[in-house]
Amino acid sequence: MADFNLIGQSFGPQDLVAKITGRAKYAEDFRAEGMLFTKLLVSPMPHARVRSIDYSEALRLPGVVAVLTADEVPQEDHPFEPCLTNEPLYEGEPILAVAAVDETTAADAIELIRVDLEPLPFALNPLDSLRPGGPNATLMGNVYQEREVVELKWPQEVFDAANEPDQMPLGEANDEWEYGDLEAGFANADYIMEETLCCQSVTHHPMEPRTAMAYWQNGKLYMHSSVQSVAQSRRGIADRLGLELDDVILISEYCGGGFGSKIRGSVTEVIPALLARKTGRPVMMRITRAEETAIGRGRPGMLGWARMGFRNDGRMTALDLFLVQDNGPYSRQGDSGTSGDVAALAYTPESMRFRTVRVLTNTPPRAAQRGPGGVQIVSMLEPMVDRAARQIGVDRLQVRLVNAPNAETQFGRGSYELTSCFAGEALSRGAELFNWSERSQRSGQRNGSKVRGVGIALSPYYGGTSGWDGLVVIRPDGKLYIHQGVGNLGTHSCIDTAKAAAEVLNADWANCEVVFGNTSRHLPHSSSQSGSQTTHAHTRANWVVGQAAKGLLQELAALELGGSPSDYDVSGGRVHRIGAPGTGLTFAQAAERAIARGGKFDGHELPEDINDMTRTSATALAGQGLVAAAKDNLPHTARTYSFVATFIEVEVDVETGAFEIIDVTSVADCGTVLNPRSLAAQANGGVIQGIGIARSFKWAIDPTWGVHLSKRIEATKPPAMLDVPTTLTFEAVDLPDPQNPVGSKGIGEPPVGAGAGALLCAVEDALGGLAPSHQPVTPDKILSIVESGSLGWSRLETHV
Amino acid sequence: MAVIHDMMPAYELFQPTDVEGAIALLNEHGDGARVLAGGMDTWDWLKDRAKRITALIDLAGIEELREIRATPDGVDIGALVPLTQVERHSQIVQNYSVLADSARHVATPQIRNQGTLGGNVSQDTRCSYYRSGWPCYRAGGNVCYANTPTSLNREHAILGADRCVAVSPSDTAPALIALDAKMVVQNRRGEREIDAANYFIGPGTDIERMTVLKNGDVLTAIRIPNTWSNAQFYFEKVADRKSWDFPLVNVASALRVENGVIQDSRIVVGAVAAKPLRLFRVEEAIAGRPVNEETAAAAGEIAVRGAEPLRLNGYKVPLMRNLVKRAIRGQEA
Repeated sequence: MADFNLIGQSFGPQDLVAKITGRAKYAEDFRAEGMLFTKLLVSPMPHARVRSIDYSEALRLPGVVAVLTADEVPQEDHPFEPCLTNEPLYEGEPILAVAAVDETTAADAIELIRVDLEPLPFALNPLDSLRPGGPNATLMGNVYQEREVVELKWPQEVFDAANEPDQMPLGEANDEWEYGDLEAGFANADYIMEETLCCQSVTHHPMEPRTAMAYWQNGKLYMHSSVQSVAQSRRGIADRLGLELDDVILISEYCGGGFGSKIRGSVTEVIPALLARKTGRPVMMRITRAEETAIGRGRPGMLGWARMGFRNDGRMTALDLFLVQDNGPYSRQGDSGTSGDVAALAYTPESMRFRTVRVLTNTPPRAAQRGPGGVQIVSMLEPMVDRAARQIGVDRLQVRLVNAPNAETQFGRGSYELTSCFAGEALSRGAELFNWSERSQRSGQRNGSKVRGVGIALSPYYGGTSGWDGLVVIRPDGKLYIHQGVGNLGTHSCIDTAKAAAEVLNADWANCEVVFGNTSRHLPHSSSQSGSQTTHAHTRANWVVGQAAKGLLQELAALELGGSPSDYDVSGGRVHRIGAPGTGLTFAQAAERAIARGGKFDGHELPEDINDMTRTSATALAGQGLVAAAKDNLPHTARTYSFVATFIEVEVDVETGAFEIIDVTSVADCGTVLNPRSLAAQANGGVIQGIGIARSFKWAIDPTWGVHLSKRIEATKPPAMLDVPTTLTFEAVDLPDPQNPVGSKGIGEPPVGAGAGALLCAVEDALGGLAPSHQPVTPDKILSIVESGSLGWSRLETHV
Repeated sequence: MAVIHDMMPAYELFQPTDVEGAIALLNEHGDGARVLAGGMDTWDWLKDRAKRITALIDLAGIEELREIRATPDGVDIGALVPLTQVERHSQIVQNYSVLADSARHVATPQIRNQGTLGGNVSQDTRCSYYRSGWPCYRAGGNVCYANTPTSLNREHAILGADRCVAVSPSDTAPALIALDAKMVVQNRRGEREIDAANYFIGPGTDIERMTVLKNGDVLTAIRIPNTWSNAQFYFEKVADRKSWDFPLVNVASALRVENGVIQDSRIVVGAVAAKPLRLFRVEEAIAGRPVNEETAAAAGEIAVRGAEPLRLNGYKVPLMRNLVKRAIRGQEA
């Protein structure tokens, strides 16, 4: 490992005190003179057409200032999701908004509105929509064909051929790829297994529901919002409102979680912005928890089928995978496509065919949710691999090791290559920490009504993008200011990745400040804080801009003090002659000289290749110090993936179906560790999120009425304190990725699938291989399986 | 008119300092009045605008309702005593541990600090159709949305259903019935004591109420006699999560055992019917029998006789059977 000063050290995040003391201002903590509140009239049914709305009585209610209808807001053809609609496609979709002096008045006004809705046919389960004569979620059709929505129905014979209630019908897919010789793969297999797959949709439910407050000044929109990104969310808001980027000032210093649901500008920002424009007053919209269940996005559930071929040594010779994605009503979700790639990478099958169809449903809109596609496929396939391993008689660790990818692996739709891969190391180290060889002997051991089970899951996920910009300023106060356009989601990566710039400049971290969370503070073009991009993307961008700043300092010193730039080094807050750290210029002096010289030293001349947003920001900062801006042009010639291997032991009570998690051990390959403490929190948090998805988190939508019945957190059941052990073990392989200057890769996504998959495998192990095969594995399902071997209802039911 | 949820409407708040004052306010405001204890059930109803009121009568200021008093014959627990205190009170822990145990299984520490014993036993059912404000039998309508060929009724009743299939969600109620507790109810006509087992009512008695309480009534105390003091107790709750969850099924029992033979017992199961069910047939069947696997297994079988599961709650039959078995045998086989 390279010798770093800051990289690899544990740091507390710099916003810690503000958060703990409650001084941190989240979107809903802001107030502006004359501010109004808004409440929404939402659709009570899953698909309908508004015949008429009469809001005259609402407008007469004292305190009501304005009503905003779908007729006044931007509308485009489906799949565009309008902020207000006259054809709601899911229960809870906003139809109209009321602005009033307070929320109670706005809510009372909603109750005075007469809305006449024509109910339309709706689809909740994608299979129902694919049946001949089945309902379409939209008037345009029911499936995505590339980017278009078209109608697709499977013939009745397809459904008839699946003659058991649990058997997945396999009709036509409209997106597929294949590599190797699948037929030969199965022909060469010693053991073939074939199963129906399913996993459920779940809401993101960050702790902070989405809030936005908007006002307009001199044609510019000021937006306080809870978003995962600053640079990217601002662009999303501008696009949705038809504004120039510079006309949107986005303030989002703190975000109480998003998990992918707060990436780009959304309907919840557009509504207050438009109402603020209409009323000429600031408008705040707070989304309640119940509304969050509808508006707050969800993970696409899947129904599917897989056939796997194995040799006697556990090697997977063939994988045939078919996934029907419950896409929700709007934009095309990438989950199932990603599932194909993740499956290909996790098991590197010698041959593989992937087929998918993305079916629209009248259920809450979907968005990427932490490990999109990865969590679903890992949680569906890992238990199946376990069942196969039992049949072949191969140890379940061994079957993963023998199929695990390595640095030479090519995989997936595009035969992608990897920048690095230490999946096997993660599995082996995890097995050692967990003591797999001993614990796996306890499989199925019964003590009274309690039975032990152990499980493993390997979860690969995309770990970073590249090509973004960095922007730093050394000011005459002698400090290094590192500007970040990513969000501050609570993962610490907003701060931790800034250290790459400080590392290059050998700067004292106490002398550095990270500038973030407010576009009026001049931020660079940054990745959204999603998809585990930030760690990789912005260590690169900040490394590059650190080098740019270093180059400027060396050049400046040579001009000021003589010699050539290469005679100088940067450390201890100075640019100095190599080997003479007390000489040269302090950062404060260098900043002053840079301003005096102007041109490329103080931001008046900028590199050609930086993004316009970075250019605007750097130009605004010009003359304030030594200004360096740079685009990350470092090589990125393959795909960056991280891997988490999680091991779980459970004790299942076969008389009640309840279970206790005894131990959770995870090991990650996420490159060089940036901040050990933050990393452990992030990885264990993801594992817990996955455990929650596997054991209790759920949707419940009534099949007849299409209405959500689990709108409160209490009913949605994310994991609670006692559902996981007090201590979780985590370690990182800590081997550098060669295509990142500090060796790092992202870690946000992969732990979730690892936690979910390992738990499902462990529970199934305790049940001797019998599986509920329906997530979440709640006590009712486990007990039904123990008692009768079946759930008593079809596994192909969704939103149960 | 359009409907909006999850937003508290305005109403008048009254904070009486004695029970008589509370009763007077309840009578004055009639059907528009609602009693507030810890609010853990009430706030949901009000925020969702599924139940509308004009006056909220907050009992929190009535000191006598917040006390636990030892009596010559046991212990009186004020209806407003927080569950945390029930869980930790030394006399309850020592003599009536099944109650302390059941209280400890309610929700979360925060909710137990705020939620009260009176509120926990008087709370409304969790049927999500009913709580969503749908016009079902229990809400005064003439349909049950939870009992159709497609309904989501995993949490619903397997016994005692009558049009409505909702269940009692309380964790402490089965324990109180097992202890032969009395519920002290006051109204303008005076005070009366009701056996805990009779405090709860099924849809056959009144489909719109879970307890005998009518408007104008205030539950003031829960009186625990020493009948079962230091008996052999058992409480178990099975839920989707280890905290912050309602029971799928729970069980509370009290046994008097001499020389390994059951002399007398109380076996009560919650969340299988609209009211917690005291299992008289089981109690009769195990009287005079030894505490062993055979007795326990037989008890479990008797317990579930007549159970009629719905579409998604068939698991409740074995779960109730096994919990009754464990209530007699203990958890270890």
